Amino acid sequence: MSRQVNRRPEGGRIDRDRSLGFTFNGRRYTGFAGDTLASALLANGVMLVGRSFKFHRPRGIFSCGAEEPNAIVQLGAGARTEPNLRATQIELFEGLEAASVNCWPSVEFDAGAVSDWFSRLMPAGFYYKTFMWPARFWPQYEYVIRHAAGLGRAPAEKDPDRYEKFHVHCDVLVAGGGPAGLAAAFAAGRSGARVILADEHSEFGGALLGLGAGIGGKPAIEWVESTVGKLRGMAEVRLLPRSTVFGYYDHNDLGIAERVTDHLGPAAPPGPPRQRLWKVRAKQVVLAAGAHERPLVFADNDRPGVMLASAAQAYVNRYAVRPGERAVVVTNNDSAYQVALDLDDAGVKVAALVDLRPAPEGPLADALRDRGIDVLGGRAVVATSGGRRVDAVEVGRLNDDADRIVGGTRRINCDLVCVSGGWNPAVHLFSQSRGKLRFDAAGACFTPGDSYQAERSAGACNGAFRLADCLAQGLAAGAAAARDAGFRKGRAPAAPKAPEPEAAPLRAVWRIPLPGDRARGAKQFVDLQHDVTAADVALAAREGYAAVEHLKRYTTTGMGTDQGKTSNVNALGILGQVTGTDIAGVGATTFRPPYTPVGYGLLAGRDVDHLFDPARRTPMHAWHESVGAVFEDVGQWKRAWYYPRGAESMRAAVDRECLAVRNSVGIVDASTLGKIDVQGADALELLNRVYTNAWDTLKPGRCRYGLMLGEDGMLFDDGVTSCLGENHYHMTTTTGGAERVLAWLEQWLQTEWPRLKVYLTSVTTHWAVAAIQGPNARRLLAELCDDVDLGAFPFMSWRDGTVAGIPARIFRVSFSGELSYEINVPSSLGVALWQALMTAGARYGITPYGTEAMLVLRAEKGYVVVGHDTDGTVTPQDLGMDWIVSKKKKDFLGKRSFARSDTARPDRKHLVGLLTEDPREVVPEGSQIVEEVRPAPPMPMGGHVTSSYWSAALGRSIAMALLVNGRNRHGETVTISLPDRNVRAAVTKPVFYDPEGEKLRA
Amino acid sequence: MAKYSIFSLLRNARDDHQNWPRVWRSPEPKDAYDVVIIGGGGHGLATAYYLAREHGITSVAVLEKGWLGGGNTARNTTIVRSNYLWDESAAIYDKSLKLWEGLSQELNFNVMFSQRGVLNLAHNQHDLRDLSRRINAIRLNGVDSEFLTPAEIKAFCPILNTSPKARYPILGASLQRRGGNARHDAVAWGYARAADARGVDIIQNCEVTGIRRKGRKVVGVETTRGVIKTGKVASVAAGHTSVVAAMAGLRLPIESHPLQALVSEPIKPVLDTVVMSGLVHVYVSQSDRGELIMGAGIDAHNSYAQRSGLHTIEHMMASIIELFPLVSRLRMMRQWAGVVDICPDASPIVGKTPVEGFYINGGWGTGGFKATPGSGWAFAYTIANDRPHPLNEPFALERFSSGRLIDEHGAAGVAH
Ligand SMILES: Cc1cc2nc3c(=O)[nH]c(=O)nc-3n(C[C@H](O)[C@H](O)[C@H](O)COP(=O)(O)OP(=O)(O)OC[C@H]3O[C@@H](n4cnc5c(N)ncnc54)[C@H](O)[C@@H]3O)c2cc1C
Repeated sequence: MSRQVNRRPEGGRIDRDRSLGFTFNGRRYTGFAGDTLASALLANGVMLVGRSFKFHRPRGIFSCGAEEPNAIVQLGAGARTEPNLRATQIELFEGLEAASVNCWPSVEFDAGAVSDWFSRLMPAGFYYKTFMWPARFWPQYEYVIRHAAGLGRAPAEKDPDRYEKFHVHCDVLVAGGGPAGLAAAFAAGRSGARVILADEHSEFGGALLGLGAGIGGKPAIEWVESTVGKLRGMAEVRLLPRSTVFGYYDHNDLGIAERVTDHLGPAAPPGPPRQRLWKVRAKQVVLAAGAHERPLVFADNDRPGVMLASAAQAYVNRYAVRPGERAVVVTNNDSAYQVALDLDDAGVKVAALVDLRPAPEGPLADALRDRGIDVLGGRAVVATSGGRRVDAVEVGRLNDDADRIVGGTRRINCDLVCVSGGWNPAVHLFSQSRGKLRFDAAGACFTPGDSYQAERSAGACNGAFRLADCLAQGLAAGAAAARDAGFRKGRAPAAPKAPEPEAAPLRAVWRIPLPGDRARGAKQFVDLQHDVTAADVALAAREGYAAVEHLKRYTTTGMGTDQGKTSNVNALGILGQVTGTDIAGVGATTFRPPYTPVGYGLLAGRDVDHLFDPARRTPMHAWHESVGAVFEDVGQWKRAWYYPRGAESMRAAVDRECLAVRNSVGIVDASTLGKIDVQGADALELLNRVYTNAWDTLKPGRCRYGLMLGEDGMLFDDGVTSCLGENHYHMTTTTGGAERVLAWLEQWLQTEWPRLKVYLTSVTTHWAVAAIQGPNARRLLAELCDDVDLGAFPFMSWRDGTVAGIPARIFRVSFSGELSYEINVPSSLGVALWQALMTAGARYGITPYGTEAMLVLRAEKGYVVVGHDTDGTVTPQDLGMDWIVSKKKKDFLGKRSFARSDTARPDRKHLVGLLTEDPREVVPEGSQIVEEVRPAPPMPMGGHVTSSYWSAALGRSIAMALLVNGRNRHGETVTISLPDRNVRAAVTKPVFYDPEGEKLRA
Repeated sequence: MAKYSIFSLLRNARDDHQNWPRVWRSPEPKDAYDVVIIGGGGHGLATAYYLAREHGITSVAVLEKGWLGGGNTARNTTIVRSNYLWDESAAIYDKSLKLWEGLSQELNFNVMFSQRGVLNLAHNQHDLRDLSRRINAIRLNGVDSEFLTPAEIKAFCPILNTSPKARYPILGASLQRRGGNARHDAVAWGYARAADARGVDIIQNCEVTGIRRKGRKVVGVETTRGVIKTGKVASVAAGHTSVVAAMAGLRLPIESHPLQALVSEPIKPVLDTVVMSGLVHVYVSQSDRGELIMGAGIDAHNSYAQRSGLHTIEHMMASIIELFPLVSRLRMMRQWAGVVDICPDASPIVGKTPVEGFYINGGWGTGGFKATPGSGWAFAYTIANDRPHPLNEPFALERFSSGRLIDEHGAAGVAH
């Protein structure tokens, strides 16, 4: 276990009493509670943490937050391992294990680094220009590319953790809990508004946590603590630390990812979810997301030890870690001066502060000089040297246009280079909200322009970089947001004072020129994660990929896991420079959600495993299970498919079930059938509009079969609808079509026929349905029902009655061609009914049958199943069902399409029966009928087999097919092409059993 | 056109890549062209290329309102396959697939077309029946397609959850081995470069705002960069097809919807094929960069805004975890939406219109990327000869009045 060599003796927001052991790349270290993995590594003197994507160059910790491009690690092992996390955001816990990604065998000695030698052959987009010859080698080339790419590894097991979602409304959502966000939440909260304040860090305070600044004459951190305390006291304010507002969608719909237990590691208690997704609908939004410091682009600016100045500052102040021993600070603006002072306070030797601006003046510069720190004005770091860590920088003088280095360069030894190229407001959420950005020339950055949604930006994300401005903007935005959300009292409290010296303007230099003797070849990185250099940007522009989106896509700038937080603006600046336009003219790419990556598991929430799409089961499901039924999925339903007895095969079981129905009585669970209660003065009118046949004559107590068509005239659904009374009908649909039909009817009612007075209610699961079918069905029913006159209960009618003591609605309809009763009882009584029928039916050998037998029985009768024998391209006429299409009705859905020439064609595909020459041959459903047999495809096809079964009743196979001009081809023999042979079959009428329907009406 | 190869790369490396020529010029629009193509997406650029290459028509302008290839070309999930059910679809998509097979060489631009196979999963008896029908039809159309059992699926794509206990267990799949992915941007750039080399003017930041007609004939277009005279206007505007058609006085049976997609952070290879499921409703592949790229169904509402949201992708994530439980701890890196143009039968419109000299290529909806080469090829023929090629004849606008639809909704499930 190594000592924390770089830990300052005191200070920092860490808990020195809680020392935490962890391993990185197999080595053991310790840190403290309050550390991130990055700060703990730095404390232990570990700077080299990763390798770059393309050239495998050594990379160190570069930032201290979400913008980190380099320090990407694989966290943990086994089922809980997670790839591609940023060490700068991982809170340290006891037992944490992490490893560098994308390097082999180790981060110190990475074999992939040979690619750096060939980097000249790998400029931006090189792969578009090569790997084309010979063409058949592409899979090999690609194999190498694919295996070189990718960062971490996916776990090999299922995720053991749980994720939850909250759906909430609020008046004001404040994104970001730095000074501006805290002030905004405070001002809004005071008004009584429901406020949510979310911040991605473990504690509120934002940049103040890493600064030594003061507010109202006290250390800023005291103001933070007192403000958070006040917010805690407000009943309507909800504070969400460790919560990233990651997406800003339409209508002020925002997504927040809360990390509930990630920071606890294996010590996480079992109760709470690992993470929680907050879906927030906010009346008003205040964006206070802060800003990211921008690096400077100079040669070999990627060496470990090169770090954002503000990050170095946060490491010394917040984490009490010295990220180096001897620092050079290089900046184009004032903010890094305080960094140099803080480093010096922390005992880091500041070798020099290099300022791109010619004559650095003012109290900060004086303070540095007073401490004997060199302030080198008008100069820049042009390059670094070193191996796996920077050991020196080369400093040169910039000319007035900043496009040349004049004179020689000077070498300054150091192991830390703190860079500041100015600040980029975190406009991500603003841009996602659809707001347009504008370029602020003074800050050389993009700031929010006009808002598109009910939103306002405050503080650094709004381009306000001085603390006092952040506080004032935050208070004003919070108060205004509350007011706009309807809270009158929303007046901004006065902003506390936060003195800061006047800031001098920055000097934007997008790319530090190379000294004249080395005009080319050096790598000046723009995008650290994707190894994109300034030369790549220039190449893209030269080749014509000068639109910002082309630049991004061609060079892959900003397409890494950091989404270019430190690279995009520099790339745009350089593009502007090489194309001779200013950056404002170049424009920015749109920011796509999420702000930082969001877990798949989190987005899925609880909708996994059996809750992915909860299975629907009928009230009799447990009974079916108890007798060993095999189930099939039909839509969301689990339906009994067949009931094997002992070792019976499926075929044997289905044969037995079918014969029982044909010869005595069978029972099938038909509860899944869609059922819609239709009521209202215009109920009949609705039926007339959506069904092809006429409904006016349907009397109470009677049932009628109907077809529904789409507007294109194609079969959409079918079912039996019964008249329950005046203006009251019971409609049934197919099992799979239940939701679709209801939605379709509602769509018509709500958008096209709003004047119709009809009310639809799904009653599918209100009823349990047992259908008894077969010649003994009436006898069986008679034993259990004595209040219905079964003699005066004709086919296609229904009766209210009592079956086995249960109030029931009995329909005499049939899908098997046998005498049949569908007995509907309230769901909760389904099992009782079923058991009573089974008991009473024992003497008839009552046989439960499943969906397979049901399909065979109906096919024997030539009844079609929508979606089985039809596919959205079949008209009633194609099925030979002209009889059900009213010639008299003025209109119904789909009627007009019958007039279309193709729909009216007499030689469309028609439903036919098929009898194979070999009666034992059951051809697979989905087989194609070929019109001409050729030795090999292509072969012209005339149709396909839609249904195909062994019919036990007929002792042979039967099939139905859709066949071109089939109606006129009865008697013909056709060829069915199977992958390995051909089968011949005779075309027949699609009715095989009891064509006259005598049994049905018996 | 300077030829791309490992040799030119070596040569240019010597002088630090300072001398690569522009991929395409950036000309000012001329006063008149023989053909004006509206829309600089893949289909528009392919059309221009084949007009020049196959028909010698080089007085062609491609007008793009934004940046070239910035529409659905830049936003799609890059699935390429030709395993369509109906004969008409099989013919045009397979023509396209054949063009894909030589496209990198033809354009001298590596479009990274990878035939890593496309799996379509079946989860219940209904799916299996449809799959069998499709596999048979596709096979008999001379297109490759095979059935895989769950055990074969597991061997072909080990990370798929083939457990029979899954909520929607995988009972089988069709596999088209010739299907796969291509690099979407490269397709636009490759066609643009090759068309430009043959004299086509590619004009970005030039929005067409009106179509000028004299009687029933097209005579020119109005653009944000002035009026351009032409006798032939070809609309290849994808999500905005109906908007452009309205400029010519036509109302199309097309609805535009958002379609969302997303990518994960890059990870080491885990998925070397394309997996699609109509029932669980998601489709996914892994890019050469290592990202899992996935999409699902359209957003239900009509919109021309390219806006993503949470509701659709939450369901998409649940679906992807159902198929691949081990992705749960991966993270979404980027999400976005495109605007897709959908015809009632989920098939495109490619052909002539009642307005003389006005041609339409649109309605490719959620699945037109794969068709880019074939669509451009057939459309160029149509424009050059003022009559459809047999490949696109069935995809005429008239089918919506005749009823001769090519319904790929019914059996296709996912049409990507
Ligand atoms: C999320 C998503 C996933 C998809 N996945 C797949 C897939 O996996 N496989 C597949 O095959 N297909 C897929 N697609 C569909 C596919 O992207 C499209 O069908 C196809 O790209 C459309 O053709 P295009 O490339 O020419 O369209 P686009 O690239 O959209 O080109 C149309 C161009 O027209 C321009 N334009 C419009 N109006 C005007 C005007 N007035 N003036 C000038 N220019 C104009 C637009 O700016 C645009 O650049 C997907 C689509 C989306 C959105």
